[in-house]
Amino acid sequence: MSLLSLSQVTADYGASQALFGVDLTVGEGEVVALMGRNGMGKSTTVRAICRMVTSQGTMRFAGQDISGLSSHAVARLGVGLVPETRRAFRDLTVRENLLAVARPGHWDFAKVVALFPRLQERSAQRAGSLSGGEQQMLVIGRALITNPRLLILDEATEGLSPLIRQEIWTSIAQLKHETGLSILVIDKSLKELRQICDRATVLERGRSVWDGPISDLDSETSRRFLGV
Amino acid sequence: MTRETLLNTLLMALLIGVPLWAWVADEPFTITLATRAVIFALAAVGLNIALGLGGLVSLGHAVYFGIGGYAMGILAYHAQTYTPLMAWPFVIEGTKFMPVIWLVAMVVSAVVAFVIGLLSLRTSGVYFIMITLAFGQMFYFFTISWPRYGGEDGLSIYVRNGFPGLNTLDPIQFFAICLALLCAVLWLNARIVKSPFGLALGAARQVPQRVETVGLDPFRLKLVALVISGTICGLAGALFADLNRFVSPTMFSWQMSGELIVFIILGGLGRVFGPVAGATLFVLLEHLLGGVSDYFLFYVGLLLLLVVLFTPGGIYGILLGRSKS
Repeated sequence: MSLLSLSQVTADYGASQALFGVDLTVGEGEVVALMGRNGMGKSTTVRAICRMVTSQGTMRFAGQDISGLSSHAVARLGVGLVPETRRAFRDLTVRENLLAVARPGHWDFAKVVALFPRLQERSAQRAGSLSGGEQQMLVIGRALITNPRLLILDEATEGLSPLIRQEIWTSIAQLKHETGLSILVIDKSLKELRQICDRATVLERGRSVWDGPISDLDSETSRRFLGV
Repeated sequence: MTRETLLNTLLMALLIGVPLWAWVADEPFTITLATRAVIFALAAVGLNIALGLGGLVSLGHAVYFGIGGYAMGILAYHAQTYTPLMAWPFVIEGTKFMPVIWLVAMVVSAVVAFVIGLLSLRTSGVYFIMITLAFGQMFYFFTISWPRYGGEDGLSIYVRNGFPGLNTLDPIQFFAICLALLCAVLWLNARIVKSPFGLALGAARQVPQRVETVGLDPFRLKLVALVISGTICGLAGALFADLNRFVSPTMFSWQMSGELIVFIILGGLGRVFGPVAGATLFVLLEHLLGGVSDYFLFYVGLLLLLVVLFTPGGIYGILLGRSKS
Protein backbone atom coordinates (compact mmCIF):
# COMPACT_ATOMS: atom_id res chain seq x y z
CA MET A 1 0.00 0.00 0.00
CA SER A 2 1.28 3.45 -0.77
CA LEU A 3 2.32 5.86 1.94
CA LEU A 4 0.66 8.86 0.36
CA SER A 5 -2.23 8.69 -2.06
CA LEU A 6 -4.22 11.51 -3.58
CA SER A 7 -7.25 10.79 -5.67
CA GLN A 8 -9.11 13.39 -7.70
CA VAL A 9 -7.97 16.24 -5.50
CA THR A 10 -9.25 19.69 -6.35
CA ALA A 11 -8.24 22.91 -4.66
CA ASP A 12 -8.94 26.59 -4.95
CA TYR A 13 -7.73 29.93 -3.68
CA GLY A 14 -11.13 31.48 -3.13
CA ALA A 15 -12.52 32.31 -6.55
CA SER A 16 -9.72 30.85 -8.63
CA GLN A 17 -9.47 27.11 -8.88
CA ALA A 18 -5.94 25.75 -9.02
CA LEU A 19 -6.33 21.97 -9.00
CA PHE A 20 -8.93 20.17 -11.10
CA GLY A 21 -8.20 16.53 -10.31
CA VAL A 22 -4.81 15.36 -9.15
CA ASP A 23 -3.96 11.69 -8.64
CA LEU A 24 -0.67 11.04 -6.96
CA THR A 25 0.88 8.21 -5.01
CA VAL A 26 4.17 7.87 -3.17
CA GLY A 27 5.11 4.40 -1.97
CA GLU A 28 7.15 3.46 1.07
CA GLY A 29 10.80 4.22 0.28
CA GLU A 30 9.92 5.63 -3.12
CA VAL A 31 11.26 8.87 -4.60
CA VAL A 32 8.68 10.53 -6.81
CA ALA A 33 9.04 13.63 -8.95
CA LEU A 34 6.09 15.97 -9.27
CA MET A 35 6.59 17.70 -12.58
CA GLY A 36 4.92 20.25 -14.78
CA ARG A 37 5.47 23.74 -16.09
CA ASN A 38 5.04 26.86 -13.99
CA GLY A 39 1.55 27.45 -12.71
CA MET A 40 0.34 23.91 -13.38
CA GLY A 41 -0.37 23.18 -9.72
CA LYS A 42 2.74 21.52 -8.32
CA SER A 43 3.09 23.77 -5.31
CA THR A 44 -0.66 23.88 -4.77
CA THR A 45 -0.67 20.08 -4.63
CA VAL A 46 1.98 20.27 -1.93
CA ARG A 47 0.01 22.93 -0.12
CA ALA A 48 -3.08 20.72 -0.28
CA ILE A 49 -1.18 17.77 1.21
CA CYS A 50 0.13 20.02 3.99
CA ARG A 51 -3.35 21.46 4.53
CA MET A 52 -2.36 25.00 3.72
CA VAL A 53 -5.09 25.43 1.11
CA THR A 54 -8.69 24.22 1.12
CA SER A 55 -9.14 21.15 -1.03
CA GLN A 56 -11.63 18.42 -1.87
CA GLY A 57 -11.07 14.82 -2.89
CA THR A 58 -9.42 11.90 -1.16
CA MET A 59 -6.05 12.28 0.51
CA ARG A 60 -4.62 9.48 2.59
CA PHE A 61 -1.32 9.33 4.37
CA ALA A 62 -0.13 6.19 6.15
CA GLY A 63 -3.63 4.78 5.91
CA GLN A 64 -5.25 7.81 7.47
CA ASP A 65 -7.57 10.33 5.89
CA ILE A 66 -5.74 13.63 6.15
CA SER A 67 -8.17 15.88 4.32
CA GLY A 68 -9.76 17.15 7.53
CA LEU A 69 -6.58 17.64 9.53
CA SER A 70 -4.75 20.83 10.38
CA SER A 71 -1.29 21.65 9.07
CA HIS A 72 0.53 20.71 12.23
CA ALA A 73 -1.39 17.48 12.61
CA VAL A 74 -0.34 16.37 9.12
CA ALA A 75 3.25 17.28 9.95
CA ARG A 76 3.01 15.26 13.14
CA LEU A 77 1.78 12.24 11.20
CA GLY A 78 5.07 12.34 9.34
CA VAL A 79 4.97 14.77 6.44
CA GLY A 80 8.12 16.89 6.46
CA LEU A 81 7.89 19.89 4.19
CA VAL A 82 10.74 21.92 2.76
CA PRO A 83 8.70 24.81 1.46
CA GLU A 84 9.29 26.71 -1.74
CA THR A 85 10.08 29.97 -0.01
CA ARG A 86 12.83 28.72 2.23
CA ARG A 87 12.64 30.42 5.53
CA ALA A 88 14.51 29.41 8.61
CA PHE A 89 13.63 30.95 11.98
CA ARG A 90 15.95 33.88 11.43
CA ASP A 91 16.47 34.95 15.03
CA LEU A 92 17.32 31.50 16.28
CA THR A 93 20.74 29.96 15.83
CA VAL A 94 21.22 26.98 13.55
CA ARG A 95 21.26 24.66 16.51
CA GLU A 96 18.15 26.25 18.02
CA ASN A 97 16.31 26.01 14.70
CA LEU A 98 16.81 22.28 14.80
CA LEU A 99 16.20 21.73 18.51
CA ALA A 100 12.98 23.74 18.50
CA VAL A 101 11.24 21.23 16.24
CA ALA A 102 13.07 17.96 16.93
CA ARG A 103 11.00 14.86 17.52
CA PRO A 104 12.31 11.49 18.61
CA GLY A 105 13.51 9.09 15.95
CA HIS A 106 16.43 8.28 13.68
CA TRP A 107 17.30 11.90 12.95
CA ASP A 108 18.90 13.98 15.66
CA PHE A 109 21.19 16.98 15.71
CA ALA A 110 24.33 14.91 15.17
CA LYS A 111 22.89 13.09 12.16
CA VAL A 112 21.65 16.28 10.53
CA VAL A 113 25.01 18.01 10.81
CA ALA A 114 26.70 14.86 9.57
CA LEU A 115 24.57 15.12 6.44
CA PHE A 116 25.25 18.86 6.10
CA PRO A 117 28.70 19.52 7.57
CA ARG A 118 28.35 23.24 6.79
CA LEU A 119 25.63 23.42 9.46
CA GLN A 120 28.05 22.04 12.03
CA GLU A 121 30.43 24.95 11.41
CA ARG A 122 27.57 27.43 11.67
CA SER A 123 25.72 25.84 14.57
CA ALA A 124 25.97 28.85 16.90
CA GLN A 125 25.24 31.40 14.18
CA ARG A 126 21.90 33.11 13.69
CA ALA A 127 19.98 31.55 10.81
CA GLY A 128 19.30 34.98 9.36
CA SER A 129 23.00 35.50 8.79
CA LEU A 130 23.50 32.34 6.74
CA SER A 131 23.89 32.25 2.96
CA GLY A 132 20.95 31.08 0.86
CA GLY A 133 22.44 27.64 0.36
CA GLU A 134 23.14 27.17 4.04
CA GLN A 135 19.64 28.29 4.90
CA GLN A 136 18.27 25.76 2.47
CA MET A 137 20.34 23.03 4.08
CA LEU A 138 19.07 24.16 7.46
CA VAL A 139 15.46 24.02 6.29
CA ILE A 140 15.99 20.51 4.91
CA GLY A 141 17.66 19.55 8.17
CA ARG A 142 14.78 21.09 10.09
CA ALA A 143 12.32 18.93 8.16
CA LEU A 144 14.45 15.83 8.74
CA ILE A 145 14.81 16.32 12.48
CA THR A 146 11.03 16.09 12.82
CA ASN A 147 11.61 12.50 11.67
CA PRO A 148 9.13 12.45 8.82
CA ARG A 149 8.06 9.39 6.88
CA LEU A 150 7.68 11.46 3.75
CA LEU A 151 9.93 14.37 2.86
CA ILE A 152 8.54 16.93 0.43
CA LEU A 153 11.10 19.10 -1.33
CA ASP A 154 9.47 22.01 -3.13
CA GLU A 155 12.09 23.60 -5.38
CA ALA A 156 14.84 22.87 -2.90
CA THR A 157 17.63 23.97 -5.23
CA GLU A 158 15.91 26.99 -6.76
CA GLY A 159 18.08 30.07 -7.01
CA LEU A 160 21.23 28.50 -5.60
CA SER A 161 24.71 28.37 -7.11
CA PRO A 162 25.60 25.23 -9.13
CA LEU A 163 28.09 24.11 -6.50
CA ILE A 164 25.56 24.28 -3.67
CA ARG A 165 22.90 22.64 -5.83
CA GLN A 166 25.26 19.75 -6.41
CA GLU A 167 25.91 19.47 -2.70
CA ILE A 168 22.19 19.38 -1.94
CA TRP A 169 21.48 16.79 -4.64
CA THR A 170 24.27 14.62 -3.27
CA SER A 171 22.70 14.81 0.19
CA ILE A 172 19.29 13.93 -1.21
CA ALA A 173 20.76 10.91 -3.00
CA GLN A 174 22.42 9.93 0.25
CA LEU A 175 19.06 10.17 2.02
CA LYS A 176 17.49 7.91 -0.57
CA HIS A 177 20.16 5.25 -0.46
CA GLU A 178 21.04 5.25 3.20
CA THR A 179 17.72 5.77 4.95
CA GLY A 180 15.12 4.67 2.43
CA LEU A 181 13.03 7.75 3.17
CA SER A 182 10.06 8.40 0.90
CA ILE A 183 10.56 11.66 -0.96
CA LEU A 184 8.34 13.79 -3.15
CA VAL A 185 10.44 16.21 -5.22
CA ILE A 186 9.52 19.25 -7.22
CA ASP A 187 12.36 20.64 -9.27
CA LYS A 188 13.09 22.19 -12.62
CA SER A 189 16.21 20.17 -13.31
CA LEU A 190 15.10 17.13 -15.31
CA LYS A 191 18.62 15.73 -15.37
CA GLU A 192 18.88 15.55 -11.60
CA LEU A 193 15.36 14.20 -11.24
CA ARG A 194 16.09 11.40 -13.70
CA GLN A 195 19.08 10.38 -11.63
CA ILE A 196 17.34 10.27 -8.31
CA CYS A 197 13.64 9.52 -8.84
CA ASP A 198 11.90 6.22 -9.30
CA ARG A 199 8.68 7.58 -10.63
CA ALA A 200 7.18 10.79 -11.92
CA THR A 201 3.75 12.36 -12.00
CA VAL A 202 3.22 15.16 -14.47
CA LEU A 203 0.66 17.92 -13.93
CA GLU A 204 -0.95 19.98 -16.66
CA ARG A 205 -3.44 22.74 -15.84
CA GLY A 206 -4.19 21.34 -12.41
CA ARG A 207 -4.66 17.73 -13.54
CA SER A 208 -2.35 14.77 -13.41
CA VAL A 209 -1.81 13.74 -17.03
CA TRP A 210 1.08 11.30 -16.89
CA ASP A 211 2.35 8.87 -14.33
CA GLY A 212 4.97 6.15 -14.55
CA PRO A 213 8.60 5.20 -14.03
CA ILE A 214 10.71 8.26 -14.73
CA SER A 215 12.79 6.26 -17.20
CA ASP A 216 9.66 5.89 -19.34
CA LEU A 217 9.28 9.63 -19.63
CA ASP A 218 10.07 10.01 -23.31
CA SER A 219 11.09 13.14 -25.14
CA GLU A 220 7.65 13.46 -26.75
CA THR A 221 5.92 13.59 -23.33
CA SER A 222 8.48 15.90 -21.79
CA ARG A 223 8.29 18.27 -24.77
CA ARG A 224 4.53 18.32 -24.63
CA PHE A 225 4.09 18.83 -20.87
CA LEU A 226 7.37 20.18 -19.62
CA GLY A 227 8.53 22.23 -22.56
CA VAL A 228 11.96 20.60 -22.65
CA MET B 1 31.15 37.00 31.37
CA THR B 2 29.14 38.91 28.78
CA ARG B 3 28.07 42.48 29.41
CA GLU B 4 24.50 41.32 29.82
CA THR B 5 25.47 38.86 32.53
CA LEU B 6 27.45 41.59 34.25
CA LEU B 7 24.45 43.89 34.13
CA ASN B 8 22.19 41.14 35.49
CA THR B 9 24.62 40.57 38.34
CA LEU B 10 24.80 44.29 39.15
CA LEU B 11 21.04 44.55 39.14
CA MET B 12 20.63 41.63 41.50
CA ALA B 13 23.43 42.96 43.71
CA LEU B 14 21.55 46.25 43.92
CA LEU B 15 18.30 44.48 44.76
CA ILE B 16 20.00 42.52 47.51
CA GLY B 17 22.45 45.17 48.71
CA VAL B 18 20.07 48.04 49.28
CA PRO B 19 17.68 46.13 51.59
CA LEU B 20 20.66 44.66 53.45
CA TRP B 21 22.01 48.14 53.98
CA ALA B 22 18.56 49.33 55.05
CA TRP B 23 18.34 46.43 57.48
CA VAL B 24 21.64 47.35 59.08
CA ALA B 25 20.71 51.05 59.10
CA ASP B 26 17.26 50.21 60.45
CA GLU B 27 15.29 51.73 57.58
CA PRO B 28 12.33 49.33 57.25
CA PHE B 29 10.57 51.54 54.73
CA THR B 30 13.39 51.09 52.23
CA ILE B 31 13.10 47.34 52.62
CA THR B 32 9.36 47.54 51.95
CA LEU B 33 10.10 49.60 48.85
CA ALA B 34 12.56 46.99 47.63
CA THR B 35 10.01 44.26 48.35
CA ARG B 36 7.49 46.15 46.26
CA ALA B 37 10.01 46.32 43.40
CA VAL B 38 10.76 42.60 43.68
CA ILE B 39 7.07 41.66 43.61
CA PHE B 40 6.37 43.89 40.63
CA ALA B 41 9.42 42.38 38.95
CA LEU B 42 8.04 38.91 39.60
CA ALA B 43 4.73 39.81 37.97
CA ALA B 44 6.49 41.47 35.04
CA VAL B 45 8.77 38.46 34.53
CA GLY B 46 5.58 36.41 34.37
CA LEU B 47 4.01 38.70 31.80
CA ASN B 48 7.27 38.71 29.83
CA ILE B 49 6.87 35.00 29.08
CA ALA B 50 3.65 35.79 27.23
CA LEU B 51 4.69 39.20 25.87
CA GLY B 52 8.42 39.02 25.24
CA LEU B 53 8.70 35.37 24.32
CA GLY B 54 5.27 34.61 22.91
CA GLY B 55 4.51 38.02 21.40
CA LEU B 56 1.14 38.09 23.17
CA VAL B 57 0.29 41.67 24.06
CA SER B 58 -2.04 40.95 26.94
CA LEU B 59 -3.66 44.00 28.47
CA GLY B 60 -5.37 41.79 30.99
CA HIS B 61 -2.63 40.36 33.14
CA ALA B 62 -4.00 42.22 36.14
CA VAL B 63 -6.57 39.41 36.16
CA TYR B 64 -3.97 36.96 37.44
CA PHE B 65 -2.35 39.51 39.71
CA GLY B 66 -5.76 40.24 41.19
CA ILE B 67 -6.71 36.58 41.47
CA GLY B 68 -3.51 36.02 43.44
CA GLY B 69 -4.41 38.96 45.64
CA TYR B 70 -7.94 37.77 46.27
CA ALA B 71 -6.81 34.18 46.83
CA MET B 72 -4.70 35.52 49.66
CA GLY B 73 -7.39 37.96 50.82
CA ILE B 74 -10.24 35.49 50.89
CA LEU B 75 -8.30 32.65 52.53
CA ALA B 76 -6.79 34.92 55.17
CA TYR B 77 -10.11 36.71 55.77
CA HIS B 78 -11.83 33.43 56.60
CA ALA B 79 -8.93 32.41 58.81
CA GLN B 80 -8.95 35.67 60.75
CA THR B 81 -12.74 35.67 61.19
CA TYR B 82 -12.84 31.94 61.98
CA THR B 83 -15.55 31.35 59.41
CA PRO B 84 -15.36 28.51 56.92
CA LEU B 85 -14.85 29.42 53.27
CA MET B 86 -17.33 26.74 52.32
CA ALA B 87 -19.58 24.64 54.54
CA TRP B 88 -21.25 22.37 52.03
CA PRO B 89 -20.76 19.66 50.68
CA PHE B 90 -17.55 19.64 52.66
CA VAL B 91 -15.95 22.21 54.91
CA ILE B 92 -13.10 24.35 53.61
CA GLU B 93 -11.42 26.57 56.15
CA GLY B 94 -9.41 29.69 55.46
CA THR B 95 -5.69 29.65 56.02
CA LYS B 96 -2.84 31.95 57.03
CA PHE B 97 -0.20 29.56 55.71
CA MET B 98 1.69 31.15 52.82
CA PRO B 99 2.62 28.04 50.80
CA VAL B 100 -1.03 26.96 50.65
CA ILE B 101 -2.11 30.47 49.68
CA TRP B 102 0.52 30.57 46.91
CA LEU B 103 -0.59 27.19 45.64
CA VAL B 104 -4.24 28.26 45.53
CA ALA B 105 -3.32 31.57 43.88
CA MET B 106 -1.26 29.78 41.22
CA VAL B 107 -3.74 27.00 40.50
CA VAL B 108 -6.70 29.38 40.18
CA SER B 109 -4.65 31.74 37.99
CA ALA B 110 -3.56 28.85 35.80
CA VAL B 111 -7.14 27.64 35.32
CA VAL B 112 -8.39 31.15 34.53
CA ALA B 113 -5.45 31.75 32.15
CA PHE B 114 -6.31 28.50 30.40
CA VAL B 115 -9.95 29.49 29.90
CA ILE B 116 -9.11 33.07 28.87
CA GLY B 117 -6.45 31.69 26.53
CA LEU B 118 -8.85 29.25 24.90
CA LEU B 119 -11.16 32.13 24.05
CA SER B 120 -8.74 34.99 23.39
CA LEU B 121 -6.01 33.18 21.45
CA ARG B 122 -8.43 32.64 18.59
CA THR B 123 -7.89 36.31 17.89
CA SER B 124 -4.69 38.19 17.32
CA GLY B 125 -3.32 41.72 17.14
CA VAL B 126 -5.57 44.47 18.37
CA TYR B 127 -8.48 42.07 18.95
CA PHE B 128 -6.35 40.05 21.32
CA ILE B 129 -5.47 43.21 23.24
CA MET B 130 -9.13 44.19 23.43
CA ILE B 131 -10.41 40.80 24.52
CA THR B 132 -7.80 40.48 27.27
CA LEU B 133 -8.66 43.99 28.40
CA ALA B 134 -12.33 43.02 28.46
CA PHE B 135 -11.60 40.02 30.71
CA GLY B 136 -9.65 42.30 33.02
CA GLN B 137 -12.57 44.71 33.26
CA MET B 138 -14.98 41.85 33.90
CA PHE B 139 -13.00 40.78 36.95
CA TYR B 140 -12.57 44.39 38.07
CA PHE B 141 -16.28 45.16 38.05
CA PHE B 142 -17.14 41.78 39.50
CA THR B 143 -14.99 42.38 42.58
CA ILE B 144 -16.32 45.92 42.94
CA SER B 145 -19.82 44.50 43.23
CA TRP B 146 -18.91 41.60 45.49
CA PRO B 147 -19.96 42.85 48.95
CA ARG B 148 -19.04 39.64 50.71
CA TYR B 149 -15.37 40.47 50.29
CA GLY B 150 -15.47 44.21 50.75
CA GLY B 151 -16.64 45.30 47.32
CA GLU B 152 -15.00 48.51 46.30
CA ASP B 153 -13.36 48.96 49.71
CA GLY B 154 -11.42 45.73 49.49
CA LEU B 155 -10.32 43.46 52.29
CA SER B 156 -7.89 44.21 55.10
CA ILE B 157 -5.86 41.42 56.61
CA TYR B 158 -4.57 42.31 60.05
CA VAL B 159 -1.56 40.07 60.38
CA ARG B 160 0.71 39.00 57.58
CA ASN B 161 0.43 35.31 56.67
CA GLY B 162 2.99 32.89 58.03
CA PHE B 163 5.81 30.92 56.56
CA PRO B 164 7.34 28.02 58.52
CA GLY B 165 10.54 28.99 60.28
CA LEU B 166 10.36 32.69 59.42
CA ASN B 167 8.89 35.77 60.98
CA THR B 168 7.13 37.29 58.00
CA LEU B 169 6.33 40.47 59.88
CA ASP B 170 10.01 41.29 59.87
CA PRO B 171 10.44 43.25 56.61
CA ILE B 172 13.81 41.75 55.73
CA GLN B 173 12.52 38.21 56.15
CA PHE B 174 9.48 38.83 54.00
CA PHE B 175 11.77 40.49 51.47
CA ALA B 176 13.95 37.38 51.44
CA ILE B 177 10.93 35.20 50.66
CA CYS B 178 9.93 37.40 47.74
CA LEU B 179 13.49 37.60 46.43
CA ALA B 180 13.92 33.83 46.61
CA LEU B 181 10.73 33.37 44.61
CA LEU B 182 11.87 35.95 42.06
CA CYS B 183 15.20 34.15 41.67
CA ALA B 184 13.43 30.81 41.23
CA VAL B 185 11.16 32.27 38.56
CA LEU B 186 14.07 33.96 36.77
CA TRP B 187 15.90 30.66 36.72
CA LEU B 188 12.79 28.94 35.38
CA ASN B 189 12.37 31.65 32.77
CA ALA B 190 15.98 31.31 31.59
CA ARG B 191 15.43 27.57 31.28
CA ILE B 192 12.22 28.06 29.32
CA VAL B 193 13.87 30.45 26.88
CA LYS B 194 16.48 27.83 25.97
CA SER B 195 14.15 24.82 26.04
CA PRO B 196 12.64 23.37 22.84
CA PHE B 197 9.30 24.80 24.00
CA GLY B 198 10.74 28.30 24.37
CA LEU B 199 12.55 28.11 21.04
CA ALA B 200 9.41 26.89 19.31
CA LEU B 201 7.39 29.66 20.95
CA GLY B 202 9.90 32.24 19.74
CA ALA B 203 9.71 30.75 16.26
CA ALA B 204 5.91 30.78 16.35
CA ARG B 205 6.01 34.48 17.24
CA GLN B 206 8.18 35.21 14.21
CA VAL B 207 6.66 32.95 11.53
CA PRO B 208 3.40 31.35 12.67
CA GLN B 209 2.64 29.43 9.45
CA ARG B 210 6.14 28.06 9.22
CA VAL B 211 6.03 26.33 12.59
CA GLU B 212 2.85 24.53 11.57
CA THR B 213 4.57 22.75 8.70
CA VAL B 214 7.14 21.35 11.10
CA GLY B 215 4.43 19.93 13.30
CA LEU B 216 4.09 22.57 15.99
CA ASP B 217 0.71 23.93 16.96
CA PRO B 218 1.07 27.69 17.55
CA PHE B 219 -2.22 27.83 19.42
CA ARG B 220 -1.09 25.25 21.93
CA LEU B 221 2.34 26.87 22.34
CA LYS B 222 0.75 30.23 23.08
CA LEU B 223 -1.80 28.70 25.41
CA VAL B 224 0.92 27.04 27.47
CA ALA B 225 2.88 30.30 27.53
CA LEU B 226 -0.18 32.18 28.73
CA VAL B 227 -0.86 29.65 31.47
CA ILE B 228 2.75 29.76 32.75
CA SER B 229 2.67 33.54 32.54
CA GLY B 230 -0.64 33.84 34.41
CA THR B 231 0.48 31.41 37.10
CA ILE B 232 3.54 33.52 37.89
CA CYS B 233 1.44 36.70 37.98
CA GLY B 234 -0.93 34.97 40.38
CA LEU B 235 1.92 34.19 42.73
CA ALA B 236 3.10 37.80 42.53
CA GLY B 237 -0.43 38.98 43.32
CA ALA B 238 -0.58 36.86 46.47
CA LEU B 239 2.73 38.32 47.63
CA PHE B 240 1.65 41.86 46.81
CA ALA B 241 -1.50 41.44 48.87
CA ASP B 242 0.58 40.07 51.71
CA LEU B 243 2.97 43.00 51.47
CA ASN B 244 0.14 45.51 51.82
CA ARG B 245 -2.02 43.25 53.99
CA PHE B 246 -4.81 44.56 51.84
CA VAL B 247 -6.56 43.63 48.60
CA SER B 248 -8.92 45.72 46.56
CA PRO B 249 -10.35 45.72 43.05
CA THR B 250 -7.55 48.07 41.89
CA MET B 251 -5.36 45.01 41.62
CA PHE B 252 -7.64 44.01 38.72
CA SER B 253 -7.63 47.44 37.09
CA TRP B 254 -6.43 47.92 33.55
CA GLN B 255 -3.88 50.44 34.83
CA MET B 256 -2.27 47.56 36.67
CA SER B 257 -2.06 45.55 33.43
CA GLY B 258 -0.61 48.60 31.74
CA GLU B 259 2.02 49.11 34.42
CA LEU B 260 3.22 45.55 33.98
CA ILE B 261 3.72 46.23 30.28
CA VAL B 262 5.51 49.48 31.13
CA PHE B 263 7.96 47.58 33.37
CA ILE B 264 8.85 45.31 30.48
CA ILE B 265 9.24 48.09 27.95
CA LEU B 266 11.30 50.23 30.34
CA GLY B 267 13.56 47.31 31.17
CA GLY B 268 13.95 45.81 27.74
CA LEU B 269 11.59 43.57 25.83
CA GLY B 270 12.63 39.96 25.39
CA ARG B 271 15.37 39.94 28.03
CA VAL B 272 15.05 37.69 31.02
CA PHE B 273 16.15 40.38 33.48
CA GLY B 274 14.56 43.30 31.59
CA PRO B 275 11.34 43.32 33.63
CA VAL B 276 13.36 43.32 36.86
CA ALA B 277 15.23 46.43 35.77
CA GLY B 278 11.98 48.06 34.62
CA ALA B 279 10.08 47.33 37.82
CA THR B 280 12.97 48.52 39.98
CA LEU B 281 13.28 51.76 38.03
CA PHE B 282 9.53 52.30 38.22
CA VAL B 283 9.36 51.84 41.97
CA LEU B 284 12.38 54.08 42.38
CA LEU B 285 10.80 56.82 40.27
CA GLU B 286 7.47 56.38 42.02
CA HIS B 287 9.24 56.94 45.33
CA LEU B 288 11.58 59.77 44.31
CA LEU B 289 9.26 61.72 42.03
CA GLY B 290 6.16 60.89 44.04
CA GLY B 291 7.63 62.95 46.86
CA VAL B 292 8.39 65.89 44.59
CA SER B 293 5.28 66.06 42.49
CA ASP B 294 1.76 64.67 42.48
CA TYR B 295 2.12 64.22 38.77
CA PHE B 296 4.94 61.71 38.86
CA LEU B 297 3.15 59.48 36.34
CA PHE B 298 3.47 62.33 33.85
CA TYR B 299 7.25 62.07 34.15
CA VAL B 300 7.12 58.29 33.92
CA GLY B 301 5.07 58.72 30.75
CA LEU B 302 7.62 61.12 29.38
CA LEU B 303 10.41 58.69 30.13
CA LEU B 304 8.48 55.86 28.52
CA LEU B 305 7.98 57.98 25.43
CA LEU B 306 11.70 58.66 25.20
CA VAL B 307 12.54 55.00 25.71
CA VAL B 308 10.12 53.81 23.05
CA LEU B 309 11.17 56.46 20.56
CA PHE B 310 14.91 56.36 20.98
CA THR B 311 15.91 53.11 22.63
CA PRO B 312 13.58 50.27 21.76
CA GLY B 313 15.73 47.97 23.88
CA GLY B 314 14.83 49.75 27.13
CA ILE B 315 17.39 50.12 29.92
CA TYR B 316 19.17 47.02 28.72
CA GLY B 317 19.27 48.42 25.21
CA ILE B 318 20.80 51.69 26.46
CA LEU B 319 23.41 50.05 28.62
CA LEU B 320 24.34 47.31 26.20
CA GLY B 321 24.31 49.62 23.22
CA ARG B 322 22.22 47.42 20.98
CA SER B 323 18.68 46.20 20.84
CA LYS B 324 17.78 42.57 20.63
CA SER B 325 14.80 41.60 18.57
